[in-house]
Amino acid sequence: MERVPILKIGDILLVSIQLDMSDQTAVQLQEDLAERIVATGCHGVIIDITALDIVDSFVGRMLSTIASISKVLDAETVVVGMRPAVAITLVELGLSLNGIRTALNVERGMELIAAAHADELDYQLDDDLDAETATP
Amino acid sequence: MTAGIDLGQPQAQSVRSDEDVVRVRQLVRAVAVASKLSLVDQTKVVTAASELARNTLVYGGGGSVEVTVVDNGRRKGVQIVFADSGPGIADLDLAMTDGYTSGGGLGLGLSGSRRLVDEFQIETSAETGTRITVTKWSR
Ligand SMILES: Nc1ncnc2c1ncn2[C@@H]1O[C@H](COP(=O)(O)OP(=O)(O)OP(=O)(O)O)[C@@H](O)[C@H]1O
Ligand SMILES: [Mg+2]
Repeated sequence: MERVPILKIGDILLVSIQLDMSDQTAVQLQEDLAERIVATGCHGVIIDITALDIVDSFVGRMLSTIASISKVLDAETVVVGMRPAVAITLVELGLSLNGIRTALNVERGMELIAAAHADELDYQLDDDLDAETATP
Repeated sequence: MTAGIDLGQPQAQSVRSDEDVVRVRQLVRAVAVASKLSLVDQTKVVTAASELARNTLVYGGGGSVEVTVVDNGRRKGVQIVFADSGPGIADLDLAMTDGYTSGGGLGLGLSGSRRLVDEFQIETSAETGTRITVTKWSR
């Protein structure tokens, strides 16, 4: 079975799917990513599907599952590079990519993750301040 | 890519593993390109084939796929037959409903692939298994 490589770039894990994945390869990627998120403490995952000429229900479900798993592990997933024909087909198939953030390309995806992470830091800071003012 | 494939003949692919499902996608793509389908239509028919071939494997216990270039005199198209000798589909109306799954799927394979093709025909029984024929025409 082939495996999809996962690259670490700064605080982000980048997965660029270059092959027509078998279902087994897709499931393996899910597991590999979960492990890498925990091992690296990364807060963002970018899945680049520019090279995919179709996304069927199995791969669509895998993308949703990865997004959910990474959320639980405190990382944000962004899917980038979806081809127009793939988007049209997904909608007609009836697949709603629930909970999945998308961006046009890797750069935009990185911006999204950076913004999401900054928001989260702000939020935690606010919480800390509230806690301070609340204590007499 | 299509070298060595005689597209005048039906192309057969057995479906015994999830690697075979990948092969079905590649075969259907090659035939869709040869039939001059638009990029969107290629994408739709390959996606439908992926769904139906996976059902052949998972629910039909494996089977075979046959892909043919068809010509109705005005347009070319791709015709694909998915056949298995599995348990058949007891309640076809239910199975064709968006969201119905007897496994852990999304229940979009049958209903969704019917939307993605121009013609969709299904014969199923407990004795003979399931046979689905789909056609996508060039525009
Ligand atoms: N070839 C087949 N033989 C027997 N039963 C089938 C076959 N194909 C589909 N079915 C039945 O029809 C149901 C619906 O199939 P469909 O492809 O729409 O959804 P799914 O495979 O369960 O999920 P998804 O395809 O979205 O991952 C299946 O759960 C299964 O019970
Ligand atoms: Mg299915």
